[in-house]
Amino acid sequence: MADKTAPSFEESFAQLEEVVRQLERGELTLDESMALFEKGIKLAQLCEAKLDKAEQKVSQLVGIGSDSITLATFEEKD
Amino acid sequence: MPDRLVLPSRSGTFGFLLSRLRLRYDSGMQILTVTQVTGYISTLFDADPLLQDVWVEGEVSNFYQSGAGHAYFTLKDSQAQLRCVVWRTQMARVEHQPANGDAVLVHGRAAVYEAQGSYQLYVDEIKAAGAGALAQQLEALKARLEREGLFAPERKRFLPVFPRSIGVVTSPSGAAVRDILHVLKRRFPIAQVIVAPTRVQGDEAPPQIVAAIQALNACSDIDVIIVARGGGSLEELWAFNDERVARAVFASRIPVISGVGHETDWTICDWVADVRAPTPSAAAEIAVPDQDELRQQTEQYGVGLRQAMVQLLSRLRASAEHSRTLLKRFSPRATVDRLRMSLQMLEQRLTSQQKHRLELSSRLLSGSLARLRALSPLATLDRGYAVVLQRDTGHIIASVSQAAPGSAIDIRVRDGHFGAEVQPPTSTPRARGHRTPASRR
Repeated sequence: MADKTAPSFEESFAQLEEVVRQLERGELTLDESMALFEKGIKLAQLCEAKLDKAEQKVSQLVGIGSDSITLATFEEKD
Repeated sequence: MPDRLVLPSRSGTFGFLLSRLRLRYDSGMQILTVTQVTGYISTLFDADPLLQDVWVEGEVSNFYQSGAGHAYFTLKDSQAQLRCVVWRTQMARVEHQPANGDAVLVHGRAAVYEAQGSYQLYVDEIKAAGAGALAQQLEALKARLEREGLFAPERKRFLPVFPRSIGVVTSPSGAAVRDILHVLKRRFPIAQVIVAPTRVQGDEAPPQIVAAIQALNACSDIDVIIVARGGGSLEELWAFNDERVARAVFASRIPVISGVGHETDWTICDWVADVRAPTPSAAAEIAVPDQDELRQQTEQYGVGLRQAMVQLLSRLRASAEHSRTLLKRFSPRATVDRLRMSLQMLEQRLTSQQKHRLELSSRLLSGSLARLRALSPLATLDRGYAVVLQRDTGHIIASVSQAAPGSAIDIRVRDGHFGAEVQPPTSTPRARGHRTPASRR
């Protein structure tokens, strides 16, 4: 994806899973739980936003078999 | 198989055929119409006894049955092909209903189809033959690669759950690539797709597929590769049975999903791949998660978060409630209350004890009174006895020695007393040793 610094969907989703698990285990103080809860809600929103905003990006390899393989926009041939 | 017939000598029939065609030999230059030549070839076929009655062994491909029920297919071996037709009525009678890939033995006559300038075998019998040559070759390769461990289940790799980018090795035209891109877009548009275009049939296909797999492996960030081709005949899918392709899939650093042909087609590529999908679309489905499910899951996580918070809060509230109850129980006020209660109880017990004792005492008392009454000298007086007292001392006179003659005495009876004077005794007293109640004091 374009933004390399932002966490990937996978990372956000995995974090969300972990937050839910921790919170459900219920061994935390109220303050810790509140902080985790907020983090989880934010992660859930982030995951949804990532899905909402995703636009499929398709490219193709050009020059397979040669020394200089480049990436170009994919164009379907008829 | 019937005996092969010997071809009749050409010279014998040639003149006859020429005369039938009424060919022009006018200026030495022989000019024929297409119809004439085709008709001539057709008569050659018809006159050949072998072609009129021939058994042919080969593999069925491109099988097609028309709406009218006539069947068309190509019979082939590794070097040549022969087009075949089975009319509907014949088709109903043949021993073996052919399908693509079947090795068969067919009987019929070869004839020219003049309208298309082609020849074909008009089949009237089809029998199953041993495994076709191509199939045999395929089985041999499969067995060899299997022995080598290319299909070993323990080397199949897990696919990434959320691939960031997906390499697709397929033809850049046609339904397969379109289907794959469509499915990937619908299910998980987050993943970027890199198509490595190749030919997917013909002799050039295997090396191109190999190069494409290698090129994708050279890219740094591809998580999974789909190798795909739409449905086709066994020959059309042949590139995916190529040993070079199999080895490239095996050598791939990146997990490979194979989606070649239809559900029923199994290629060597399918066997070697980490996951085999029945179709290109199915390969795309396997490659990525479904965003609808992910949204649902995300929503559920949100619900889970809220529930966990509600539970935590109600648990904290309950434990606060509990503490309050405990505090109440152990507060000094409770102690006072408790002590007061015990005191009350003690008092109660005490009172009832006292009452009991009083009742007991009063019972005892009345008993004693009754007995007292019974033993009282007064009661004796009631019965007619009298008590004699010295008037001056008030002592009871219980012995003669106390009664000096002439002294004044008092005599008490039931209802009072009267005075008297002691007289000397007149005779022995009647009742000797009578004890008065007074003596018992």
